[in-house]
Amino acid sequence: MRTLIKNGMIINANDSKKANVLIENDKIVDITLDEPKADNIIDANGKLIMPGLIDIHVHFRDPGFEYKDDIISGSETAVAGGVTACCPMANTNPVNDNATITRDMIKKAKKRGLIDLMPIGAITNGMKGGSITEMGEMSEAGCVAFSDDGLPVSSSDVMRAALEYSAFHGSFIINHSQDCSLCRNGHMNEGLMSMKLGIKGMPREQEEIMISRDMLLAKLTGGHIHIAHVSSGWSLKLIETAKKEGINITCEVCPHHFTFDDSYLEGYDTNYKMSPPLRTKDDVKAMREGLRNGIIDIICTDHAPHHLDEKEREFDKAPFGILGLQTLIPLTLNLVRDGVISLNKMVELTSLNPAKLLKLNDRGKIEIGYLADIAIVDPEFEYIYDENLNKSKSKNSPLLGKKLKGAAIKTIKSGKLVYDFPNVVV
Amino acid sequence: MAYSKKNLISTKDLSSDDIFQILNLAKHYKNLNLQNEKKSPLLKGVTVVNSFFENSTRTRTSFEIAAKRLSSDAINFTASSSSTNKGETLIDTIKNIESMKTDIFIMRHSSSGAAKFVASHTPSCVINAGDGCNEHPTQALLDLFTIYEKFGSFDNLVVSIIGDIAHSRVARSNIYAMQTLGIKIKLFGPPQMMQYASVFGCEICKDMDEAVRGSDAIIMLRIQLERSDDETPFPSIREYSRYFGLSKNRMKQAKDNAIILHPGPINRGVELNSDVADDTRISNILSQVENGVAIRMAILDIVYKNLKGL
Ligand SMILES: [Zn+2]
Repeated sequence: MRTLIKNGMIINANDSKKANVLIENDKIVDITLDEPKADNIIDANGKLIMPGLIDIHVHFRDPGFEYKDDIISGSETAVAGGVTACCPMANTNPVNDNATITRDMIKKAKKRGLIDLMPIGAITNGMKGGSITEMGEMSEAGCVAFSDDGLPVSSSDVMRAALEYSAFHGSFIINHSQDCSLCRNGHMNEGLMSMKLGIKGMPREQEEIMISRDMLLAKLTGGHIHIAHVSSGWSLKLIETAKKEGINITCEVCPHHFTFDDSYLEGYDTNYKMSPPLRTKDDVKAMREGLRNGIIDIICTDHAPHHLDEKEREFDKAPFGILGLQTLIPLTLNLVRDGVISLNKMVELTSLNPAKLLKLNDRGKIEIGYLADIAIVDPEFEYIYDENLNKSKSKNSPLLGKKLKGAAIKTIKSGKLVYDFPNVVV
Repeated sequence: MAYSKKNLISTKDLSSDDIFQILNLAKHYKNLNLQNEKKSPLLKGVTVVNSFFENSTRTRTSFEIAAKRLSSDAINFTASSSSTNKGETLIDTIKNIESMKTDIFIMRHSSSGAAKFVASHTPSCVINAGDGCNEHPTQALLDLFTIYEKFGSFDNLVVSIIGDIAHSRVARSNIYAMQTLGIKIKLFGPPQMMQYASVFGCEICKDMDEAVRGSDAIIMLRIQLERSDDETPFPSIREYSRYFGLSKNRMKQAKDNAIILHPGPINRGVELNSDVADDTRISNILSQVENGVAIRMAILDIVYKNLKGL
């Protein structure tokens, strides 16, 4: 089975070129100006051929909260967003804190076969913050990293052990950076806007304090700390310092944190409620600068489905989190349109760097011999992101019903067409 | 132009004309309340639901009296008897009550934004009787009514609002309404309750003397001693009263005919010394309570007429 994608513009992290891509079975076998024979031909004239996006931070709610999303609907949502590999966080029920659950999750995803599911295991048993999990066995079972995401690891000693032990197994730790003693039951960023709205806030310092601690523990242990969903400008200053000092640290940012600021909360819309919360315009600016200057390694979504009944509530009673997979490409393309990053940088942030972080050396590039994980993107395509397009079981996106620009119009996973805008083909 | 909304959610929505319209109507109802026959037939047959998802005897009673003076059928729906304790959502609760053909919701809720949220889900009138730390518009209006009665005008007035600004819905509603009226506002309170208060665009004072100096009216906020939040509280009541409490001695800094307001109930000896609280020449706390009923009658009158297009 051979597929030829012709007339498209190939975007890699280091260059762009117009060429045809020949896929045989699950691999890219040729990149050429010729038109070799193929069983399927996809005309990508005017479109971008990008390596499939790799989202290292999603919540698929499976097992335990399948009414919000499950591995199947999560996979469908991912490919509809051009994403061909996802790392679901461990805050499921039961928590993904042992190899059996890890294997079950991977098996379920394989059966549907739309994406590669690479689970992130819990750092501590039951995510209770105490004893660390069997990271060795879980890594063997397929866990690519460890995180109690949703909750920080509050004990410095536990975090130290986790960094040491994960490093021994060639893995790394992702922390949800939050000093809980500063949370004060907050529901949004603490600042002028929270004062105005009369909603209790969480100061950005709670994030910065935890990042400071974790970079010091990474220094102590030599372990690799990856900072999840950075949201404050000062966090980036700290990470920049740590990187300059040679500390083993990386970080990610979510599209909502480089797109929205806390002024969007004016109407108490719970679809703008997330953790870490939307910060100020200055922080948004800092996120964009961090993406431009390379302090930020990765863009990921923190795709966090919640049922309408849970989100359509009083603001302080609604859960944190919004959908992200299907808005990743249009919101990131906004950065390109605004001149913040190039298309090549976009590929680096959404595909090549995540592949490197996860040590996947056959992904993140459109290159001969690489896996044929491809997103064919139309950057100019305008559409309403409505309920027909939304593949998640949940609807908690402030962008639902809004006009977006840019989308994956076809997604190919291991050589197979897995998404065709607006209908899933497989 | 008269106020045309079917809800009263925020004093931000009130123009200067709207405020005077409400105060004039409140004056009319205050007179009615002084008669032997204290009833107006205006809301005969109308069902008013006092939906209190958070405890408050005073505000609830004031609204109940106001609703009954207008001949409506006022029923109380309180959190203790509510099904929200059984997991029902706020919207489901409201929809359930609404299907019994009710007309006006008076909403007290511990969540900021709750009144706006309910208003966007019901065709009935919604009157915000306090939503979390956000707003308490009828309290602000009764404060304004009390101040207006005393001074006969809002021109060139200086009002100080003192205490827990961060958690005070009374402060927010007063600030917005007073700014609309051109009243000069000074704010003061413990530092942990004043952070980011600059967002309101009022003068921020550095101590009690500065806060009281030259004021015509002083609104002393109630310190929520019962608050059991995750926040580190101030060191002690004794220390609070020393640095943030109002005594007769400190009142000397204010203008000669200055008055004190307080949303009640008072913590005696904490934010207010008894020597000021009980001095009827300066303390207007009981007239506030009296005016509260008239203001609430005026609001019920206006929003119901707006709902029915009368
Ligand atoms: Zn997180």
